[in-house]
Amino acid sequence: MIFLTRRATFSASHYYWNPEWTEEKNRAVFGRCANRNGHGHNYTLEVTVAGEPDAVTGFVVDLKWLKDVIEERIMSAWDHRHLNLEVPEFASTIPTTENIAIAAWRRLEPAIAAAQGARLSRIRVYETPEIFAEYRGEAHP
Amino acid sequence: MTTYFGRRYTLSASHRLHCDALTPEQNGAVYGKCNNPHGHGHNYVIEVLVGGPVDRETGMVINLVDLDAIVRTQVLDRFDHTNLNLDPLFTTQVPTTENLCREVFRLVSDNLSAGKLEYVRVEETENNFFECNNV
Repeated sequence: MIFLTRRATFSASHYYWNPEWTEEKNRAVFGRCANRNGHGHNYTLEVTVAGEPDAVTGFVVDLKWLKDVIEERIMSAWDHRHLNLEVPEFASTIPTTENIAIAAWRRLEPAIAAAQGARLSRIRVYETPEIFAEYRGEAHP
Repeated sequence: MTTYFGRRYTLSASHRLHCDALTPEQNGAVYGKCNNPHGHGHNYVIEVLVGGPVDRETGMVINLVDLDAIVRTQVLDRFDHTNLNLDPLFTTQVPTTENLCREVFRLVSDNLSAGKLEYVRVEETENNFFECNNV
């Protein structure tokens, strides 16, 4: 089994806010991230697929194809956007790094599964070089 | 539905790799430059990965502020700008980065407020690193 990772970057703005809470509680839990005017990051997305190298091409997946899938499914929707205001999955879910990792998995997994080559193994999202979240799918305990 | 939250910290410390059970010649042979009597230092990078369910209300596995406080009080306040050999944890074991990694795993794991510690990774330099996922 080979694990192959493709990295991509996107820039987006967001804020953390739970509408079921008071302003005081939002500020207590989320601190500066609760600023309603938002703030932004340069995110790094790592997409790891797992599979066996093809006997003819030697590829686990074609990296150009994977780049195009990431571009179509994620970059076109998230890059240079306000995640809370412009991305449907964050209309009712707080765009924490954890939830961004889960959302990236859900956007990519069907396309990678349909290609019947490799399977999606791991999503990692870096909000800064020091902060990241990781998701390995529903099947992972 | 386990999701993981990771965070990287830095600490600077000195150490000397030396085992009292070995002769000076053996220490020199095993540890090389790291056996220099006066020690030497590193900028260590400590990476922690915490796994657990995403809280429905906060959208978080663990609040980064809480994780920062745990790592700061348990690890950074203890080791940053210190000589590791003088810490009680290293009186009976050599402060290799393997052993530092295990101690950091134990200190963070025992005090975690949410989720489960998946691993601790300690980077001693850009070119070598150590990982521990249990003690």
